[in-house]
Amino acid sequence: MAVSKFDGTGRYSGMFAKIKENKQGAFIPFVMLGDPDKQTSIKIIQTLIDAGADGLELGIPYSDPIADGPTIQKASIRALSSGIKPQDCMDIISEIRAQNKDIPIGLLLYSNLVLARGVDNFYAMAEKAGVDSILIADVPIREVASFNQIASAHKIQQILIAPPNASDETLASISELSSGYTYLLGRAGVTGTETEVDIPASALIDKLATYGVAPPVLGFGISKPEQVKAAISAGAAGAISGSATVNIIAEHLDNPEAMQKALSEFVSTMKAATHYE
Amino acid sequence: MNRLETKFGEFGGMYVPELLIPALDQLEQAFLDAKEDPEFEKEFKSLLTDYAGRPTAMTLTRNLVANPKVKLYLKREDLLHGGAHKTNQVLGQALLTKRMGKTEVIAETGAGQHGVATALACALLGLKARIYMGAKDVERQAPNVFRMRLMGAEVIPVDSGSGTLKDAVNEALRDWSANYDKAHYLLGTAAGPHPFPTIVREYHRMIGEETRKQIMQKEGRLPDAVVACVGGGSNAIGMFADFIEEPSVRLVGVEPAGKGIHTKEHGATICKGTKGILHGAYTFIMQDEVGQIEESYSVSAGLDYPAVGPQHAYLHDIGRAEYYAVTDQEALNAFQLLARKEGIIPALESSHALAHALNMAEEAEDGTIIVVNLSGRGDKDLAHVTKILGDKL
Repeated sequence: MAVSKFDGTGRYSGMFAKIKENKQGAFIPFVMLGDPDKQTSIKIIQTLIDAGADGLELGIPYSDPIADGPTIQKASIRALSSGIKPQDCMDIISEIRAQNKDIPIGLLLYSNLVLARGVDNFYAMAEKAGVDSILIADVPIREVASFNQIASAHKIQQILIAPPNASDETLASISELSSGYTYLLGRAGVTGTETEVDIPASALIDKLATYGVAPPVLGFGISKPEQVKAAISAGAAGAISGSATVNIIAEHLDNPEAMQKALSEFVSTMKAATHYE
Repeated sequence: MNRLETKFGEFGGMYVPELLIPALDQLEQAFLDAKEDPEFEKEFKSLLTDYAGRPTAMTLTRNLVANPKVKLYLKREDLLHGGAHKTNQVLGQALLTKRMGKTEVIAETGAGQHGVATALACALLGLKARIYMGAKDVERQAPNVFRMRLMGAEVIPVDSGSGTLKDAVNEALRDWSANYDKAHYLLGTAAGPHPFPTIVREYHRMIGEETRKQIMQKEGRLPDAVVACVGGGSNAIGMFADFIEEPSVRLVGVEPAGKGIHTKEHGATICKGTKGILHGAYTFIMQDEVGQIEESYSVSAGLDYPAVGPQHAYLHDIGRAEYYAVTDQEALNAFQLLARKEGIIPALESSHALAHALNMAEEAEDGTIIVVNLSGRGDKDLAHVTKILGDKL
């Protein structure tokens, strides 16, 4: 079904077209902005890009992250303890954007941070910093309408979540409203590698395709190249790995060089697993 | 889509991860079906009457108010089984849990009163309860932790964040998003995402309905004001619900001013907070200028919560209900006064409502009738109050 979708900055569609041509899926790492501090965070993100990340999913630290498990909660706490404010997060993104014109950058955060600055003002800040998409973890489709309009006005694509328990009604709404990509939840629960992803049956991904949703990217519980490979084989357009990436940061806090090296190795291994025949 | 209205004006809503929407829809459906099912109503009523002890008494105070022409009544939720109003709605939601075919219950608790109510209902109805409680609260409320465990509930201390009620709610929501298939999240107050504020109100509304009946019997007219404390706001909305359409009845909510609302140490979210989203609802919350949630404070753990039920936010917004704040000190004074003058030891939460009602009574015209919802008894607070008052008694 060729539903014409809002193309935002065009960076997501451009990226997906390019990797498809090269017979690859997308690998998108997630890190928390400002974790463990502003300068290190900039270096970390540049390392992810240099190692082959196709897109970035970046969090803004929040005091009450109800969709996150312990790993990402701790990343929030590290960033908040180093005094990171949403404005610092935008500054980090601006620096990254200045060096990397084409990579799609997504924000993943909680609604109260968006509301506190005024929704329009927040999206304006994000647009200015060079953000392509925003996913608000605690704004389900039922509450998304008021955000969507403002997002479009700022050329930002609002990312929707397709949960494993999605009803047909939900899938139909995603079909109508999704753009950029669709965040396909690999399982119930919160973020973290403690519980592994369930690679969805290709039947579900086929169903998403018949509904014409924006390209589905699988997330939650992905930490191994085999999982990325399986996700792509099942028909996902890519895979997101958050807690596994953040774990590498947490394990190397006292050794910045080793941290960058480990992150680089992780991303290139995960990226290699996106190639298919 | 929802069959019930999900918002109160601009307040409320369902600001939760997409994953939880089916569970909330299932709950709304079960609640609506149960309402139409005479068997459900019968069982709920029978539990309330034969197990919990409803209707609760309404007591005219004898010595508390100086002006003999001003009448101050207490709605005695402190006499309910479990020691507070909490038991009402917990029984209702526990029955819904069974109706949905779920076998486990997740709950959060601050002071432990909702945890105790959940534990007793789950023991009675054969449900498996796990209760999240901030690590700090586990320490502060040891007797209630023991009560919960005695009745077979698992109590899980929460270390993340500030280790208090809001973090216990976060953890309960995380648990629920992994286990909604077999577990019901039995939220403890009239806050959170739709349909909780509506269900909790409806399962507490007998407080106001009984009050109406009792005051009509005793006085032949409606009261001039009903007064209740507001943390999340469940006992207050239970008292208010039946009087919202009665413009002659003032609805008065009393928030915890802690060490004073000019300080940062309070929990007066309507009086001093700003609009935002916490735990699934758009309402008044305590937050900093960029939207990080701030910790609340009150001497009474049951009012120590940085948000408030969305219907209260709405009733405040449209001017139907009035909200005031009472300090720790004023509440402690009322706590002692009720014990001395009437032989009733109130919960510190309810002492906030009482303190404000006493001020109202002092300034009231002759013939005024005020009803305070005495939402709980003070046994749970004795160790804490002993520490504060020491040998000053």
